[in-house]
Amino acid sequence: MSDERRVLDAQGIDRALTRIAHEIVERNKGLAGLVLIGIRSRGVHLADRLRRKLAEIDGTSVPMGIIDITLYRDDLSRSHQQPEVKGTTIDFSIDDRRVILVDDVLFTGRTVRAALDALMDLGRPLSVQLCVLVDRGHRELPIRADYVGKNLPTSRDQEVQVRVSESDGVDEVVLVQRGG
Amino acid sequence: MRFSQRHLLGLEELDREEILFLLDTAASFREISEREIKKVPALRGKTVVAAFFEPSTRTRISFEIAAKRLSADFVSLSGTVSSAAKGETLLDTARNLAAMQPDVLVLRHPSAGTPHLLAKHLQCAVVNAGDGCHEHPTQALLDLLTIRERKGRFEGLVVAIVGDILHSRVARSNLFALRTLGAEVRLAGPRTLLPSECAPWAFTTPHLEEAVQGADVVMLLRLQRERQVGNFFPSLEEYSRYYCLEEGHLKLAKPDVMVMHPGPLNRGIEISSAVADGPYSVILDQVANGVAVRMAVLYLLGTGGRRVEAVPTKTQMTAIQRSGRRATR
Amino acid sequence: MSLWIRGGLVIDPANDRELVADLHIVDGRIAALTPPGSAQPQDHDLVIPAESLWVVPGLIDMHVHLREPGYEYKETIATGAAAAVAGGFTAVACMANTMPVNDSAAVTEFILERARIAGLARVYPIGAVSKGLAGRELAEMGEMHRAGIVAVSDDGQPIQDGLLMRRALEYASTFDLPVIAHEEDRALSQGGVMNEGEWSFRLGLPGIPSAAEESMVARDLAILERTGGHLHIAHLSTAGSVELVRAAKRRGLPVTAEVTPHHFTLTEAAVAGYNTQAKMNPPLRTVKDVQAVREGLLDGTIDCIATDHAPHHQDEKLCEFDRAANGIIGLETAVALTLTMAREIGWSRKQMIAALSTNPARILKLPGGTLSVGAPADITLIDPELQWVMGAESSRSRSRNTPFLGYAFRGRAVMTIVEGQIKWRLGG
Repeated sequence: MSDERRVLDAQGIDRALTRIAHEIVERNKGLAGLVLIGIRSRGVHLADRLRRKLAEIDGTSVPMGIIDITLYRDDLSRSHQQPEVKGTTIDFSIDDRRVILVDDVLFTGRTVRAALDALMDLGRPLSVQLCVLVDRGHRELPIRADYVGKNLPTSRDQEVQVRVSESDGVDEVVLVQRGG
Repeated sequence: MRFSQRHLLGLEELDREEILFLLDTAASFREISEREIKKVPALRGKTVVAAFFEPSTRTRISFEIAAKRLSADFVSLSGTVSSAAKGETLLDTARNLAAMQPDVLVLRHPSAGTPHLLAKHLQCAVVNAGDGCHEHPTQALLDLLTIRERKGRFEGLVVAIVGDILHSRVARSNLFALRTLGAEVRLAGPRTLLPSECAPWAFTTPHLEEAVQGADVVMLLRLQRERQVGNFFPSLEEYSRYYCLEEGHLKLAKPDVMVMHPGPLNRGIEISSAVADGPYSVILDQVANGVAVRMAVLYLLGTGGRRVEAVPTKTQMTAIQRSGRRATR
Repeated sequence: MSLWIRGGLVIDPANDRELVADLHIVDGRIAALTPPGSAQPQDHDLVIPAESLWVVPGLIDMHVHLREPGYEYKETIATGAAAAVAGGFTAVACMANTMPVNDSAAVTEFILERARIAGLARVYPIGAVSKGLAGRELAEMGEMHRAGIVAVSDDGQPIQDGLLMRRALEYASTFDLPVIAHEEDRALSQGGVMNEGEWSFRLGLPGIPSAAEESMVARDLAILERTGGHLHIAHLSTAGSVELVRAAKRRGLPVTAEVTPHHFTLTEAAVAGYNTQAKMNPPLRTVKDVQAVREGLLDGTIDCIATDHAPHHQDEKLCEFDRAANGIIGLETAVALTLTMAREIGWSRKQMIAALSTNPARILKLPGGTLSVGAPADITLIDPELQWVMGAESSRSRSRNTPFLGYAFRGRAVMTIVEGQIKWRLGG
């Protein structure tokens, strides 16, 4: 049996995203040249919510894309079976844009590394900023986030699960303790 | 969905979910070929060996592009034909290739069943790129992908396959898969090239018009002249009079009919230029989808490491534990 | 030296009898059949308890390929004869497609000499119909007959020329030799590697239509009607052939026929997965054909069971399907497959033993096939209930090409006696 502890509820997630949206506008002095790219799968939903919040603040719609990092993973040949590929959908050029990369949890940094490689194969952005809902530590690569919803100290045998209503029917972040 | 096949030997043995999964994966690979940098690192460090015992430039190139877009090393051995000429058995040739530790072996061979033979005796994944008159699964998958892009479904579609059914591996692969996916298949060609044993799978007719009537898809087969040594029809002229698809035939089909051909075209024999270059033809889409399908196949069979069912060594164990943990984040 | 086989179920179709009895063998001949328990063995007599066993006339396989001379890497007369006795066969007749072909008295004599040295089963050579099996000039049947052949056949190289077949039937009758025909129209079977039907379509393999066999059966029966003589049709495989032979027999034509255990057991579906062990010529056919040959056995249209034992080196099977050699070994699985089939169709024991012994002896005019007093003591003991598994290591043949490896069987021969001498016993 594993036991779960809720660390963010729907309201908490919404507050965190609102705050991040303001930080994005502030740091970039507006939304000009900005694009959002969500990492499959939950980063996509978070990016979409950020896009709506940015529109509320600034009145302009920021282009949004989806990136699938499966083909860039560094553990493809280690897993027994290949992860499913859902594909990348970015129907605009990222050349000379400021890319906000959105994911749910920042952990070892390997997913972000893969996403950066994938982005570089798609074009040459002016800059890439990283936005995550939860930073749980334990980095294995020199990567840090520019926008963090919540810093969450964890141990390695814990798991952070971000649930969003679009795919999980509920908005919450829970900390799961594995095993005994 | 997990794709649990180790090899791709034919479509007859795949179920509906497996075929659709292959198509879904292929669809997601199409975008990569439209990028400026047409390359992803998914198969970095993997080796794909193509052994072609029959000349086929375009299938081999399609596999080569697919492999390279996935960052795999691609080695092509058409020289294997010469070792066969020196008396080496196919299995010996294949074992020699296998000793070089490829991850995927793509095989084209004039004898039906050779991919099955190699799959039984080699450690690497085997992809059938055409075996005799048996199957050509990647060709059929790209046909299916093209159909789905246009029609959005398979159930209830009427697909006419026209030409030399007897000798066609493209026809067999398409027939088996289309039936699995719920389409209605009609086979048309001269009776000499239309075995009566097709009956359990499809309606057969020697009349092109009957097959095309109300069809959603007309799939033409290339008439392989080298196989026509058995007195199957009196002359090419007579063949084309009865089986060359002309614009007039398409009036019998559904208004949104699509015309397919695996290439290379014999213009004026099985397809008129007006049809080949006309609005119903999707022949070039097929070629583009060929790369995507082969990327999907190589990706699905080429990742996941060499599946040796031995006890992992200590370092492997650590790696497995590490990767397991990483996956949980 | 005298031998008592005690208390077995004696099945003797030649004398139309089936009874529990003690069988007494003296000097290589059957001396007496006495009521059970009446045996009065002397001190030096060997007593073989046979309660629960069948005691039958030695089985005769009238269609084997022993490969010697010329293909000793596949089989020799010695290894083939060892496989024969291990399968319960006291005699085999071997086909002429060796290298050199058995188309001369010299080769016939060589085969007989090899068989004598092996000293296991009786080996009866079959001579070629045509020189070098080339299908053109008649081979010297008279010379071979003097040397000891029991029939003539171009098995493996079916006779395409109708005139040659006519001449063969006419000429062979001079010596009372049956002509054994491998019925195949090579123009129709050309390039084929399996039965033409559902499976050849699914597997994309070139097919051999039933008509390739049936049209030749029809031709040869028509010729036979004119010539007389004795036509024996080898390894009949299709429903149509059974019907043709049935009608011909009804007309009183001098025709006999055989079927192999694989043709009454397996269908074309055995080829699935490109199993080269299921590649043979004639090919495995359909369920309908299997039923038809079984009915042919039941009503006597088909006279006998012959294995077409065809050893091949493993490399000749471990290759592309269309390049693989045709045929399988069969001597050691024939009894078990026949018993299995007999149980399925409700065949009587007497009919079954007739098909495995009495009828082939009659067709080839051999001394065996009977348990009459005074006959040579060629005897096979069969345990009809013994459960066993066909393993690669258990075969006495030099080759292992059989689709039945790993099959679990019920029933097998447990002892083979040739001319009063125990040539083989299970576990012995």
